[in-house]
Amino acid sequence: MAAPLTDNEALFQFLLRMGDNTLILGHRVSEWCGHSPVLEEDIALANTALDLIGQTQMWLGLAGEVQGEEKSADDLAFLRDVWDFRNVLLVEVPNEDFGRTLMRQFLFDAWHSIQLGHLMKSSDERVAAIAAKTSKEVAYHLERSADTVVGLGDGTEESHGYMQAALDYLWPYVGEMFVSDEVDAAMAKAGIAPDPASLRADYDALIGRVLAEATLNIPDSGFAHKGGRNGKMHTEHLGHLLTQMQWLQRAYPGASW
Amino acid sequence: MKNEWPLWEIFIRGQHGMSHRHVGSLHAPDAEMAIKNARDVYTRRNEGVSIWVVEANNIAASSPSDKGPLYEPSESKVYRHPTFFDIPDEVGAM
Repeated sequence: MAAPLTDNEALFQFLLRMGDNTLILGHRVSEWCGHSPVLEEDIALANTALDLIGQTQMWLGLAGEVQGEEKSADDLAFLRDVWDFRNVLLVEVPNEDFGRTLMRQFLFDAWHSIQLGHLMKSSDERVAAIAAKTSKEVAYHLERSADTVVGLGDGTEESHGYMQAALDYLWPYVGEMFVSDEVDAAMAKAGIAPDPASLRADYDALIGRVLAEATLNIPDSGFAHKGGRNGKMHTEHLGHLLTQMQWLQRAYPGASW
Repeated sequence: MKNEWPLWEIFIRGQHGMSHRHVGSLHAPDAEMAIKNARDVYTRRNEGVSIWVVEANNIAASSPSDKGPLYEPSESKVYRHPTFFDIPDEVGAM
């Protein structure tokens, strides 16, 4: 057993979790840029990706400050390797098809919006300020992804099939967002962030409403893939994502615009 | 089977504009999504404070071939332009 976390280390880990979620999902969503089925969705997804990457700058910027090793948000984004990332596995799974991309977005947005609602009341003013600024963007992300999930789920037989398959595939990745560990315990104790497990009831109510309207069935399984948010074991997909996202800084260290 | 979403004409009221202005068109399955798409396509650079969408086939338009009878008669009627009196400043924008 490693030495217990200091408050500062726990805060750093918490900020990495927030920033890595938005960074990795932002990158995933940006992969659609120029490839979406229709122009309107292409622009909408690019906007979402840019929002998420903008949020990453704030979370990882603060993480760098808290860490105190003079690292910028860019350093943390582009110079860490797979095992140092703290995002949930849900955001690193490949886009596959448009249905899975939108379902993943919805499952994340729902958690994100509830989480930010709590963080706006954080005892750490810096965290509360980022949450206040980003919650408006996320409210829109959720509105859009929920509408699309309903539109496609309660759409044609074909689109319904895609959305149910997406939900079945992604469901085992939902549970990780609500698993509490010693970092979360320290954050909850300090009043900085809520205990993840405490968000589950609101989350289930929110997604239950939308998925029922979308005529989709939530799988009857509590199994959860874990290992992303504590860095113990990411999926094999994250390394491939990082080779694309980080190659420029790896190939040309220190390159700037 | 018709596979295309209907076309919507988008009108946006800018930060300081007084009326909605036509900015372009886009495709969407329904009015609600048309507003969302318009938000994403046409207000990315902080252009708007209000969005109207109208399904394009609900707009009745004059025919370009009627140009002559419709507009030419007014060309020679200079007295219809309000350029023969001063508008007081207090009136503001008209």
